[in-house]
Amino acid sequence: MTTAGAGAARPRAGAGGAGPAAVALRDVAKTYGRGAHAVEALRGVSFEIRDNEFFTLLGPSGCGKTTLLRAIAGFEQASAGAILLFGADIVDVPAHRRPVNTVFQHYALFPHMTVAANVAFGLRRLRRPEGEIARQVAAMLALVKMEALADRLPGQLSGGQKQRVALARALAPAPKVLLLDEPLSALDLKLRQAMRQELKQIQATTGITFIFVTHDQEEALSMSDRIAVMSEGRVQQIGPPAEIYEHPANRFVAGFVGDANFIPATVVGEEGGRVRCRTPAGLVLAAGAAPSPPGGRGTVLFVRPEKVGLVPAGQGTVEGRVRGLQYLGDAVLIEIDIGEALPLVASERMARLGQAARRPGDRLGVVLDPAALQLLAG
Amino acid sequence: MALLPARAPLRRTLGLLPAVAIILAFMVVPVAIMAVFSFLVPRSFGGVEWTFSTDAYVQILFERMLDDSLRFSPGYLMIVLRSFGLALLATVSCLLVGFPVAWFMARRPPGERNLWVLLITIPFWTNQLVRTFAWIIILGRNGVIEAPFRWAGILDQGATLGLMYSNLAITVGLTYTFIPLMVLPIYASLEKLDFSLVEAAADLYSSRLATFRRVVIPLARPGIIAGCLLVFIPSLGAFIQPDLLGGGKKLMLGTLVQFQFTTARNWPFGAAIAMVLLALVMVVLILHARAARPHPAPGGGQ
Repeated sequence: MTTAGAGAARPRAGAGGAGPAAVALRDVAKTYGRGAHAVEALRGVSFEIRDNEFFTLLGPSGCGKTTLLRAIAGFEQASAGAILLFGADIVDVPAHRRPVNTVFQHYALFPHMTVAANVAFGLRRLRRPEGEIARQVAAMLALVKMEALADRLPGQLSGGQKQRVALARALAPAPKVLLLDEPLSALDLKLRQAMRQELKQIQATTGITFIFVTHDQEEALSMSDRIAVMSEGRVQQIGPPAEIYEHPANRFVAGFVGDANFIPATVVGEEGGRVRCRTPAGLVLAAGAAPSPPGGRGTVLFVRPEKVGLVPAGQGTVEGRVRGLQYLGDAVLIEIDIGEALPLVASERMARLGQAARRPGDRLGVVLDPAALQLLAG
Repeated sequence: MALLPARAPLRRTLGLLPAVAIILAFMVVPVAIMAVFSFLVPRSFGGVEWTFSTDAYVQILFERMLDDSLRFSPGYLMIVLRSFGLALLATVSCLLVGFPVAWFMARRPPGERNLWVLLITIPFWTNQLVRTFAWIIILGRNGVIEAPFRWAGILDQGATLGLMYSNLAITVGLTYTFIPLMVLPIYASLEKLDFSLVEAAADLYSSRLATFRRVVIPLARPGIIAGCLLVFIPSLGAFIQPDLLGGGKKLMLGTLVQFQFTTARNWPFGAAIAMVLLALVMVVLILHARAARPHPAPGGGQ
């Protein structure tokens, strides 16, 4: 294998250069168990992650995202398919020879070693000269702002500090690709939000390709260059955050990334790139179709709560009545009965709302802009 | 009311009494009796004369000549050394066999592990004497090991492989008897080991061997030390295995003590040897207390 020399720093081309993909997956499958008890964790996953990219695998637990990450790290053997690292197949390369490093979900810091020894661990195994190790450890601890605690044991650190040490330890050998397995999930909300910006910045500074696994859509949207949304062992959609959020490929993606209203609908006509749909209650609405034309098990209309326009009664495309309110501080969620089986949820910014506070029972007009409505496969 | 706070400590003290009584009656008193006996003179047919004497201790290292002068006699010292050597050998062989077993058990699915613990402890349910005797059938003349050789004609009728009545036989017997005491503490420490640490080591370019040395062994250290102590200490004082498998020729301290109290009927001498054994165990325990003190490796994986 050409990758056996593990971890050598490589001169970097600019972002998204013309070279081979940092990681290329070709029909990667993973099945646990055999026969009737077999569980398919990955069902033929194929995509490419570009060099110097902050790439996120997003999905609910059990969707296969962690299995995929572990297959790239070498902790799991893929049942089928190829995993290429900068063009070289690494399927048969054992974990300790792969030039990738991992930030573990629960950090996995060596409890019997100091912070500095933890960060130096990979470099020592690579038999780097002591002087270089000392320099690199100092640089990594500075990068994650942990210089002052270099002589502490992991047991003496807070969750956030452990997180930083785990990051420094994984970055120290200058891996070609850094794998992050839900690294922020054990932190509290404020710290998690602060770490997002820091991770993004560290990725930009080091130029290392990050593959980040999370089930938190907000985390994925705020940090990633591109996101792969996964479900049931398959990739549902790959794209930049805005594309994933604005133009979900199917109902799963729309529902998992952000909040969504779904109204069952059947197509009754087409005009000028838009489709006309009829709902069970008899509403006829114009909507954009999803990039791939929906087929199969029926179709739904999809609209984000913040794209639902609210106007005085009589001025909307649809008339409705307020059923309930949910106060969120900066915004309020309004449940509106429009005669369908499920109420429509609209979100309104408090700043825009002013004194016109809504009350249950109020009548109002609902504007469903054809540009905000999308027809998706159910 | 006002009495309550004052009464609570008293009640707590009373509650401790049974434990204190048991320690006194079954540990302190017997050792004290041994200590006293070791400084007395033996009566001809067992028991002691109430006359103070240090003869029992002198006897361990010196032989009293006819003219009442003392001559250095290394016989008993050799037994002390052999006991140490065999106990050490048994400890090392228990560690070599026990560690992989403990690792295997700790890597089973959680639901399956208790079954393995049970299997490991089953031999404890039968008599030690019976289990040791079984080894005679395995190692002895025409035993399970020799029989095929004899049958194949490789071994002559009169000849023997000489497995029995050797240091090897004693070591095998001690290893077999005490191995659960090695496996269980190591298993306990390995079971707590977070396996993601092993993955983290592999992720950071450690071969299996390096991971074992730098991560698994250091984290299993408390279990390894506890297991070694639990095997070493009873091995040092064991008497059934040296007696049955060593054929009484290869004496160990435990055999010697037993011999003095029974056949030789020299209680003070037996007590003196027991006190020496106790002192040796204390030394080992003090060394352990020092080794077990947690010390971080500042250099990490030097």
